[in-house]
Formats: sequence, structure tokens, C-alpha cells
Amino acid sequence: MDHLPTLVTEARQAIQAAESIAALDELRVRYLGKKGEITAQLKGLGKLSASERPAAGERINQAKQALTQELDERRQSLSKAALEAQLAAERIDVTLPGRGQPGGGLHPVTLTLERIERLFTRIGYDVAVGPEIEDDYHNFEALNIPAHHPARGMADTFYFDATRLLRTHTSPVQVRTMKEQAPPIRIVCPGRVYRSDSDLTHTPMFHQVEGLLVDEDISLADLKGTIEDFLHAFFEREDLSVRFRPSYFPFTEPSAEVDIQCVMCSGEGCRVCSQSGWLEVMGCGMVHPEVFRHSGIDSERYKGFAFGMGAERLAMLRYGVNDLRLFFENDLRFLRQFA
Amino acid sequence: MKFSEQWLREWVSPQLGAQALADQITMAGLEVDAVEPVAAVFNGVVVAEVVGKEPHPDADKLNVCQVDDGSGEPVQVVCGASNVAVGQKVPFARVGAVLPGDFQIKKAALRGVESRGMICSASELGLEEETSPGILELPLDAPAGEDFRAWMGLDDHTIEVDLTPNRGDCLSLKGLAREVGVLNRLPVMSPDVTPVAPVHDETFPVRIEDVERCPRYIGRLIKGVDVTAVTPLWMVERLRRSGVRSIDPVVDITNYVMLELGQPLHAFDRANLHGAVIVRLAREGERLVLLDGQEITLNANTLVIADERGPLAMAGVMGGEGSGVSEATRDIFLESAFFSSLAIAGQARSYGLHTDASHRFERGVDPQLTVDAVERATALLLQITGGEPGPLVEAASQAHLPGEREVTLRAARLEQALCKRLPAGDVTEILERLGMGVETGEAGWQVRVPSWRFDIAIEEDLIEEVARIHGYNLLPARRPAARLALRPDHEARTPLGRLRRQMVARGYQEAVTYSFVAPELQRALLPDAVSPRLANPISSDLSVMRASLFPGLVRALEHNLNRQQTRVRLFEAGLVFRGDLDDLQQTPMLGALVCGSREPEGWAGGREQVDFFDLKGDLESLTAMGGEAEAWRFEPGEHPSLHPGQSARILYRGEAVGWIGALHPGVRATLGLKADALLFEVRQDALTRGVLPAFAPLSRYPEVRRDLAFLLEEDQSVQTLLDCVRSQAGQWLEELRLFDVYQGKGVTEGHKSVALGLTWQHPSRTLNDEEINQLVDAIVAESHQHLGAELRG
Repeated sequence: MDHLPTLVTEARQAIQAAESIAALDELRVRYLGKKGEITAQLKGLGKLSASERPAAGERINQAKQALTQELDERRQSLSKAALEAQLAAERIDVTLPGRGQPGGGLHPVTLTLERIERLFTRIGYDVAVGPEIEDDYHNFEALNIPAHHPARGMADTFYFDATRLLRTHTSPVQVRTMKEQAPPIRIVCPGRVYRSDSDLTHTPMFHQVEGLLVDEDISLADLKGTIEDFLHAFFEREDLSVRFRPSYFPFTEPSAEVDIQCVMCSGEGCRVCSQSGWLEVMGCGMVHPEVFRHSGIDSERYKGFAFGMGAERLAMLRYGVNDLRLFFENDLRFLRQFA
Repeated sequence: MKFSEQWLREWVSPQLGAQALADQITMAGLEVDAVEPVAAVFNGVVVAEVVGKEPHPDADKLNVCQVDDGSGEPVQVVCGASNVAVGQKVPFARVGAVLPGDFQIKKAALRGVESRGMICSASELGLEEETSPGILELPLDAPAGEDFRAWMGLDDHTIEVDLTPNRGDCLSLKGLAREVGVLNRLPVMSPDVTPVAPVHDETFPVRIEDVERCPRYIGRLIKGVDVTAVTPLWMVERLRRSGVRSIDPVVDITNYVMLELGQPLHAFDRANLHGAVIVRLAREGERLVLLDGQEITLNANTLVIADERGPLAMAGVMGGEGSGVSEATRDIFLESAFFSSLAIAGQARSYGLHTDASHRFERGVDPQLTVDAVERATALLLQITGGEPGPLVEAASQAHLPGEREVTLRAARLEQALCKRLPAGDVTEILERLGMGVETGEAGWQVRVPSWRFDIAIEEDLIEEVARIHGYNLLPARRPAARLALRPDHEARTPLGRLRRQMVARGYQEAVTYSFVAPELQRALLPDAVSPRLANPISSDLSVMRASLFPGLVRALEHNLNRQQTRVRLFEAGLVFRGDLDDLQQTPMLGALVCGSREPEGWAGGREQVDFFDLKGDLESLTAMGGEAEAWRFEPGEHPSLHPGQSARILYRGEAVGWIGALHPGVRATLGLKADALLFEVRQDALTRGVLPAFAPLSRYPEVRRDLAFLLEEDQSVQTLLDCVRSQAGQWLEELRLFDVYQGKGVTEGHKSVALGLTWQHPSRTLNDEEINQLVDAIVAESHQHLGAELRG
């Protein structure tokens, strides 16, 4: 019986010295297993008298519990150390960049066109598109620009033959839509347009968005309100000054050019606005009755307004691009700036 | 149109500075492009008289002059100009003067002779761009001692207005003054045009053969004109400030009257006119040498001024060399005509010409000006060149002159259009000040349009006039009201925006390339492509319409490779143009190009070059968006731009809709590209189509999987094997996976091993081994029979 304390001490030392879960498992078997040394002590109880037995049993059970607890604690401590070692070994440099294909980006003209489309489609306009190789009728004639009209000189046209050409504006889409659809009509027409002009501030191809609204009781006031709202929304500046200047387009009457306060210098005068404080950003007007006539719409009953703007011009102002030609060079160093 | 502010102010002079005046007319619709001082900054220059001139003792080309600058004492100055002469009045820069370019005049000694000042040329004073050949000679009545700047009125501005084509009436001082008068409610003065009394009765016959194109022609013979006379400085200056160079007094006067009144004039040398002046259409093929020396062949729709021998001038565009005024001219025949704008429109341009005259006639010249202009020009000629005027000779057809136009403006319509009621009196006043005859009625105004306003024909034109003069910015703004109506939305469609964003997610930058390309480039990539060619390209590099997105993408690749960008991933969406003009298809396509490493240079690999399957994977990420992956097929095919062994025709629902492949190495060599590239392009309509998701119940029964490895001849496509397997795999085949393709050790030469994983699942029961074995047997048999494929052990 005196053997028990020695046995417990010896077991404790062995548990504390164990360096692995496997070693602990061995110790558990050795002391507490079916044939373990502590278990053997319990088996020896039978040799004791009935009066001695409870106390001795109690002592052995206590020793067994103590060793079980000791084993569990040691096990936990070893697992914890093992986990810590694993974690330490698995440490990585989280500042390294992620793996895989980085994203690309949309062209700034697309960003601008989509933005304009979004602003208008949200309030009930539809997007309409048309062919880029157009005929004289849709590009000029139906827009009240007969042959030899001086306004044809306003846009230097690329021709294929006597009647077929690259559209000089997106206005032909107006005509095509009005022929197919009865009022009310609310559309924006984004797309490529072409003019035979190439220098620092002109490229032979660029993008326009045309807008058209036809309904009953539409006035110049509706046009002014729409344009002002649009420009405030597009530039996200409610206080942006907008002014309307009388102008001339054969397909609208009255017609106007729209200027905004220069967004670069806030109207103070700078290189971008040629010191004037104003930037011309779009043209607009009330649909000319002759255009309605070509499209088969009753111009006494319906009125409408149309507007047109250059996407590159707006993109340049919005993103501060200072060279128009960059839009079509497709230089990755340029394109990546709009990702 | 450029004009001098001072000249305008002789007609009408509002209390506004030059810039404010420019802003005012800009806001009235006559856009001012520039306001420039007419002379550079200088001071200390006075009018002086040359009172003495001696050759310089030590320099052949210099003279020692004495000038009277009004100070009382003659001033000695050394002058190198060859035209300096005693008695001349000249601009003289005194010591202390500062000339343009901050050039200070100091006392100096020139080759030992003292010089106290400088006699100036026009260019030294910034009055001429080109270096002047000699000093500027002033009129003899110029007062010595007077400040030159003030005397010349050089504190003036040139104002340049960019007039819209409808406002031909403002292509003159008269027209601009009229507009400024309206805006400022000021009366407008005009120069005296009293008819000149003829001093002889000689005329030259005029005959109009085409009265529709030329309803009125007025001529006058002026005999004994001195063409060698000098145009007075005031006129030279006004012309200069209007952007017109002085040529000779006759041309200067016709230009001056054109600027002043708006009527183009032409002077013929009487000695070169034979028989009669005839206004007629040209005969096809007639030739004419123009004033600028170029010989043109006339078209039959061109109106000419001819005599009995042939054409003399292109009517309303340009005179002829043979009939113009020269130094030898003694008698001139002055023409002032009204040509209809339709007769002149497009004519100049059809010969590649654009003149001040054609510019005005195309836009419309006031038919009431014809006589005034010829009288004004005659008076100026008599004043400057002398001569004896004859009576006017006129040929005209009243019936063909523009008639009076009346337009009604309804008060209600005006109010509706502007969303504002203007006081009737204001409207009447605006219209009247614009020169309209106005009758006010109950419901509006009956307006008689003045002869110079060709742009006013309908009610809307009057609405614009009223709005414009009232001020666009004083009119209200409101938001249009509309009924809320839902519009159809096609859920199965993939909008272009989503396709674009998918490409962006796969690492592509969007490109926008020109729709016209270099023919050589297109030919190198697509030798058989037919696409429209521009008749008037801006350069040969941009002369044919692209038949594919490949040329533009390849050009963009080249641009980037030349700028050390070696990893390029670009896509573009846009139209391609195929076929003749009469059988043309303008097809929206989406195309892409990749070049360089799979991933950007980094620490985590991805450095291998992209290959066909990288690009195909990107494309499949697009085709998958429509939800019908099985509708898309790739079949080996040959495309001239692409590597024959690495290219595929793309099929959607059995229709060829695009191409994918590696750029052909031969094409790459031809184009001199520095790197390999892979490309695809697909019709957008195929990519945007799709189907709605259709639910299938989930089976609760276990899957059965069998892996089969086939030995296939290497020329056989995997697709044929997959098709064959699928055809025998029964309706419960859930998935067919290709998990390995292997060639090399252990595989017979000329063959490849293709490993497939087949998964079956039945919706309502467990499949048993026996039925699966039967299917596998059928698959093996069929692929052996059709493709010669062997099952590997």
C-alpha cells in the first residue's frame, strides 16, 4: 500500500516530462490502462479487509483522478504548444499582393456615354442607336439641310459616293426613331460620328449623344430645365452656372448653344476656357417643323426639343484630360487611369 | 467676319467697352471668336515730315535725314529705307519711344553719325505681319507733331464674329450695326449713297439668259480710271482691321463696299469685254482661268458672266484673269448683281474654292443693295482713282427677285413656346427694330420680313427672334412632365454593358479605335475583305472602313509595344462594315486581343505567355452569360489573320458568328510586330442573346461516376470524342468532364490520351451497375467504331 505515493510521484514526473501526445498516450496506458499500474492497485483492493477497503479505494481513486487531470492538462498544454508552433511555422507576409488577373477598365468615352445614358434612362428616356454609314437623306435632307445648304459646310463630311456618307452627327437616329414611333418620344442616341477634320482639337471620329423629346405642350422652358438639370447632375455641381446662347442648327428653331461656367477655373478665366470663364458644351433647340414633316409628325399638335453633345469634350472636362487625341491612341498608360 | 470696332461705332456707338460689346452680340447669337487690339503696344511715335536727306558719308545704303517732328527743331536721324524722300510724312519714333516687342529708341551713332530716333515701317509698328520693304508713307495732310497712335486711331479692336450660316445679313458693317442698334435701342447711321451723276452716256450691253439664277444685274462703265493711284491709308487700315489685304485701289474699293454694305462687286477691264456681258450657265467643258491663276473646266450647272467670246468670270464666286483690272486698265465696267443663293450654293465648293463673294451669295445678299453698292463704289472710285462715270445699265426680272414674305406670329403660340407672356408692345417693338413691318391684330402679329432676312420664313423663326432679343436667359425653365409608363425589359438578354464589364473583370482594357483603317493593314489581315472606301479620306491611313475589329486592335497593340508595354489585353465593341455599299452590313462586334504574360510580372508566377486557351477561357466567360453554353461551338477553321493550327470558327446555335485564334506568324512578320498575339471577335447579337434560367428538380439519389481514358489519333478533335460519348451516354448523364489530355511516354506515337469523367444521376431512383456498364460499353464501342478510339487499360 505504501507503494501508491511513490507510484503517483513517479507518474507525475513522467507526465511532466512527456513531450508528445503519443508519449502521454503511452503513460495513460501504463498507469491508467486496463493493465496499468494504478489499475493494478485497484485490483489489489480485494486482498484488504472490508474495513480497510473503502479508505484504500478512495485513495487510489483520488490518485487516479489526479493523474487523469494531470494527463489532460499536459495534453492541452502540448496541443496548445503544437498549434502555436504550427501557426508560427505557417506565418506569411500578408503584404504581398494577391494572386491572379488584375481587373482592366472601361474606356473614358464609354464611362461618359454610360453616365449620360444612365442619367436620362432613369427618368424615362430610351436608348436608340442607328447605322454609322448613313445616307444623305437621313443625315441632311430630313434634318432640313438640303443639298448645297451652307450648313453642310459646318460639318466636313466623309463621303463614299454621291449619297452615302459617314454620319456627321447622331441626329439621323432622331429621324429614324420619329418615323417608327409615335409620340410621346423620349430617347438618347449615343454613338460614333465622323467629320473630316484633324488637328489638336479635332479627331476625324468622335462620339456624340443626341437627345430628343417629343410630346404635347413642350416649350423652350422644358428644354432649358432638362439641360440645366442634366449639366448639374453630370458634373455633380448644383451651383454650376448654365447659359443659353442663340445659335443656328437647321433642324431646330429656336436653337441655342449651351455654355457652362468653366469647371476648371470656376469662371475665373483660364487656358481651357480661353479666359472667357465659359465653356461651350452642347447645342440644342426646338425641333424644326420641317423635321416633323419629314417624320410624319403633326407639328401643330406635337412639339419637341433636341440636344446634342460631344462625349470626348465632356470626358475631358470631367476627368481633366488635356489632349483629345489620347482617346484614340489606346495607350495602356492612358486607359489604365480610368479603371 | 472681322471688323473694326471704330468703324462699327461710326454707324452705332453704344456705351459699352469693346469686350462688353462683344459679349452683347455673342449673347444675341452672333458669336464673337476674338477681340484683338489692331496694333501692338507702342508709344512715343509722332507724325513727322522729312525735311532733309543727305547720303551717309560712310555707308552706301544709309541716309542722314532731318525730320520735323513738330518740336520746332529739325531732328537728325539715320535711315536705311530706300523709299525715304524729302517732303514725306512719316511715323517717327522719338528718343524714349517704346516700339512693339519692348524695343526702346535711344540716341545712337550709326557709323559715326548721330541718330536721334527712328523713321518706322508698318511692320516695325506691328501694323503688318510681314517685314515691310520700306518706311510707312503717310498722307501729305497728316499733321506733323501729332501722336501717331491717336492720329491713326490705333486704339481700336478687330472683332471677329463667327456667324452661323443663317445670318448672311450680318456679313457687313451695315448688318452688324443694325443688330447692335436693335440690342441697344439706338438709331443707326449709314454712309451717304447719293447717286453719282453720269458724265457721259456710254454703257455696255448686259443680257441675262438665266433670270432665275440672276434676277438682277447692274453695270456701269467708268472711263479714264487711274489704277496707279494709291489707296488712302484710312481705307487700307479699315481693310487691314477687317482682315483684308490692300491690292490696288479698284479691288480695295470693291472689297471695302462689300465689307461696308454686304454686296460683292466685281470690276472688269472694259478693253477685254467683247460684244455684251451675258449672264448664262456655262457650257459643259468650257474653260476659264481664274484670278488666282488656276484654270478650271466649268460644269454645265455653273453660272458664268460671259461675253460673246466666252466666260469671263464665275458668277458670284471669282473673276477671271483675262478680264480683270490690271495696271494697263483705263476704263472699267463695274458689276453689282443679285444672284440667287441657290444658284451659287455649292458652286465654289465644287471647284474647291471659297471666296468672300461666294460666302455671301450662298447665304443671301439683300436684293435691295444692288444699286446702293454700285453708287457707293462709284463715288469712292471717283474720289480715289478719278474717272468719268456713265449711266447705270440694268438687266432684271422683277418676277424672279425674291418676293415680299409675310409671316404670322400668334400670341398664344408665342406664349406656349416660351412658357412666358411678353407684353404685346415689347414684341411689336422687337420686331420693328429688326426692320420688320408689323401689323398688330387681336391674336398676334402679321409680319412683313425685310429683304435682307432670308432666314425668316415661318412662325418659329419669329419666335426665335423675339426670344433672342428678349434674352434666352430671361426665359423660364421647367421640367417636362410625362406619364409614367413601364417599358419592356428582356431578362434573357445580356446587355453590352455587362459584356464589357465581364471583359474588364478578366483584365482587359477597353479600346476605341478608328472605324476607318489603312488599306494595307486591312489587306494584310483580311486579304479578301470587301468594305466601303471613303471618297475623301483625311489620309490614306484612314481610308477604308474596317471589315473586322482586328486591324484596329493590332494597331493599338503595335502602339503599346512601341512604348515598352509588353503585356497587352484590349477589347473593343463597335461596328464592322462588310460588303459593297449596295449590299452593306454594319455589324456590331466585340473583339479582343491578348499578348504577353498570363499575369502581370509578380512574385506568384503567371509568367508564362498567354495561349489559345487563356483567350478561349475569357471568351467562354462571355458566352456563358447567356445561360446556353451548349449552343456555342468551336470548330477548327482557317482565317487569313490566324495561325491555321490555332484558330477556330465560333458557332452559335449552328451559325458562324466569329473567329478566335493566334495571330498568323506570317502576318505578324508582314506587319513587323514585335510579339505574338491572340485575337477573337464575335457578333454582339450572339453574345447578347440567351435563355431564361429553367429549374430542374434536384435528385435525392446517389451519383455514379466512371472515368474513361481513350487513346485517340492526335488529329482527332476532343470535341468529336465528346460528341460521340454524349450520344451514347443516355439521358441521365449529369456531367461530362474532360480531366486530362496527355501525349508522351506511355502513349503511342501520333496519339493522345484523353481522360473523361462521366457522372450519371437518376431523378427518382438509384442507378445500378449493370445499366451503367451497358452505357459504358456502348460508349466504348461507338467511339472505337467512329473515331478509332481505344479505351486505355
